[in-house]
Amino acid sequence: MAKTALQFRHNGRDVAIFVDGGTNLLVALRELIGDMTPKFGCGQGGCGACSVLIDGELHLSCLTLAETVAGRSVETLDGIKDGPSLHPLQRAFADNFAAQCGYCTPGILMAAKALLDRNPQPSRAEVVEAISGNICRCTGYEPIINAVLAAASVGRARA
Amino acid sequence: MLELRKDIFADERDDNLKEIGKGTQRQDMLGHVTGTSTYFDDHKLQGMLHLKVVRSTHAHARLRRIDTSEAERAAGVRRIIRGSDVPRNLNTLLSLINFGKDDEPSLAVDKVRYKGEPIVAIVADSPREAYEAIAKVRIDYEPLSAVLDVEDALKPGAPVVNETYPKNAFIYHDIYDHQKLRFGDVERGLAAADHVLEQRYQMSPIEHAPTETNGSIAAPDTNGRYIVYTSTQALFFSLDTCAKILDVPSNTFHFIGGTVGGGFGGKVDTLTEPLSILGAMLTGRPVRYVFGREEEMQYGPPRGAERIYIKDGVMRDGRIVARKIRAYFDSGAYTRLSSYAAVKCAAHLPGPYTIPNVYGDVYCVFTNRTPATAMRGFGVTAMDFAIECQMDKLAHLVGMDPMEFRILNAYRDGDMKAHRREAKNCALIECVQVAAEKAKWPIREDFKRASSRKEGGGSRAAIPPTPRDSYAPVATPSQQRTTYDRAPAASREPPPPPPPPPPRPQAPSHGAARFSSVFGTRRR
Repeated sequence: MAKTALQFRHNGRDVAIFVDGGTNLLVALRELIGDMTPKFGCGQGGCGACSVLIDGELHLSCLTLAETVAGRSVETLDGIKDGPSLHPLQRAFADNFAAQCGYCTPGILMAAKALLDRNPQPSRAEVVEAISGNICRCTGYEPIINAVLAAASVGRARA
Repeated sequence: MLELRKDIFADERDDNLKEIGKGTQRQDMLGHVTGTSTYFDDHKLQGMLHLKVVRSTHAHARLRRIDTSEAERAAGVRRIIRGSDVPRNLNTLLSLINFGKDDEPSLAVDKVRYKGEPIVAIVADSPREAYEAIAKVRIDYEPLSAVLDVEDALKPGAPVVNETYPKNAFIYHDIYDHQKLRFGDVERGLAAADHVLEQRYQMSPIEHAPTETNGSIAAPDTNGRYIVYTSTQALFFSLDTCAKILDVPSNTFHFIGGTVGGGFGGKVDTLTEPLSILGAMLTGRPVRYVFGREEEMQYGPPRGAERIYIKDGVMRDGRIVARKIRAYFDSGAYTRLSSYAAVKCAAHLPGPYTIPNVYGDVYCVFTNRTPATAMRGFGVTAMDFAIECQMDKLAHLVGMDPMEFRILNAYRDGDMKAHRREAKNCALIECVQVAAEKAKWPIREDFKRASSRKEGGGSRAAIPPTPRDSYAPVATPSQQRTTYDRAPAASREPPPPPPPPPPRPQAPSHGAARFSSVFGTRRR
């Protein structure tokens, strides 16, 4: 099968890969780039475990054809730390016990980041709405919502 | 957050607690929030192949012919695995603790017993090529009538689901087709009651739906062993199960796991490891076998459905005087852990209430449905649901407040439980009182003053006369054996005189005796 050359920015770095036609972004990130932070949960856009940001906007990488990110910027959980320091969302998730099995955590963190990037002071309802596409089967939603709100308040304190 | 009510039972507790009541960080939290926790599927190995299985399209059918010739020639296919390639193609999970008979193949050979049962495994260069080869496998089925209802399955003449258990019920200790509880005379209790309430409760199977689907990656190691990355919730249990099925010593395997993307009981069945290891053995390459979402939801084992009939006798003043329960645990086509679930079901009767006459029959039933497995309190949760629904209905029937009704009937310290064990350290009354308080649910003063430590024992500690069931005489049971128990069976012939010590079953090497009280395995 003929492969297509594909270049895009991955967490601020230029990457180039060859993909088969029909390869989705999740497979490209995990198997060709080696970024294991987006997770496979359903492959059907139902669980949110594979959520990534494309040019700052939240997308399900399992439903995104890899070729469509050519020349664009893809951000995953692997890219949100500031050097060795945790992102405020990561710190807030840890402090608020907002992860149990941890499998949905990368996707939820990206959904939360997408929210805070465009709305640094969300209401509780806006947080709930923002993570409504992400399934936490350990059903730890309350600590997750609290963590996102806590991260937002840290952001306010800094501003 | 956590609230400890230290005023309750304060005199029973050393209050010098170092950890309880304080938050402690999880050791894996940093990995979780940075996405660096390594799940089984986060390993990408050089030359890794992908395994997918052909699943039965029938709930119950004989396999007349399996034709894989076209699939073998398909692009990217490295190996086709059939039942005859599996060294010991029959297993039951709890055989590791000597409980139950081997009843489930890794790959079906003669018959399929549920829709979605694996028949053929295909190892290919990519998942896509494996799927394409699956479409080329031709299976000639002879459909058989399926039985999908637990009570239908126990009727005479019902289709036999699993030939290991021809009566469609798990057999305990080689003779008993159900778990039984008898305490007092339930028929007399019901006859003397002011009201009798009989209800039927039906639960559905429930899928765990973990966000990470079941799967494993097996890879040949440099020393003749195999490294297995797996989603299992039961690492050593899975390791031993694979050693049995593949007929190799357990030190052949190095299992790596423990980081599980949600399990809830659905990852204890060793669903993928035997085939991924066998694939690695047959190809010499790393092999990955992971469920897709549809497989997980459709064919991953669910919480078993239960059907529960409860017939209670209650007096006008609210005392329950008799409770008769008949329950059916739907095991699906194979035992897995349902035999144990039915034991737990029976052990949970009649709920945390002191009832002088209790009667329970619990069946573990085979049907042509997806085999059931563990799920968060399996065997107990459904029974609790039924019992507590029944408690509300009984309270309504006698015109009592449901909270007060529970306090009235709750175990108190010193009461005799239907299992003939004294109730100790009871706390239901206090729990109900706190729940009422939290919910601002008014209960009367004397119920607020009730205590688990008052009014128990005395006549409530007695074991009532209990009529025996009449039995047809049965043959003496032999020691329950499984194929995993490699020690020779003890002879049932009487030993020759002069009398040496009677023959004893050789102690199994895997320490099963330690568990005998849990599972009621017959031991001398």
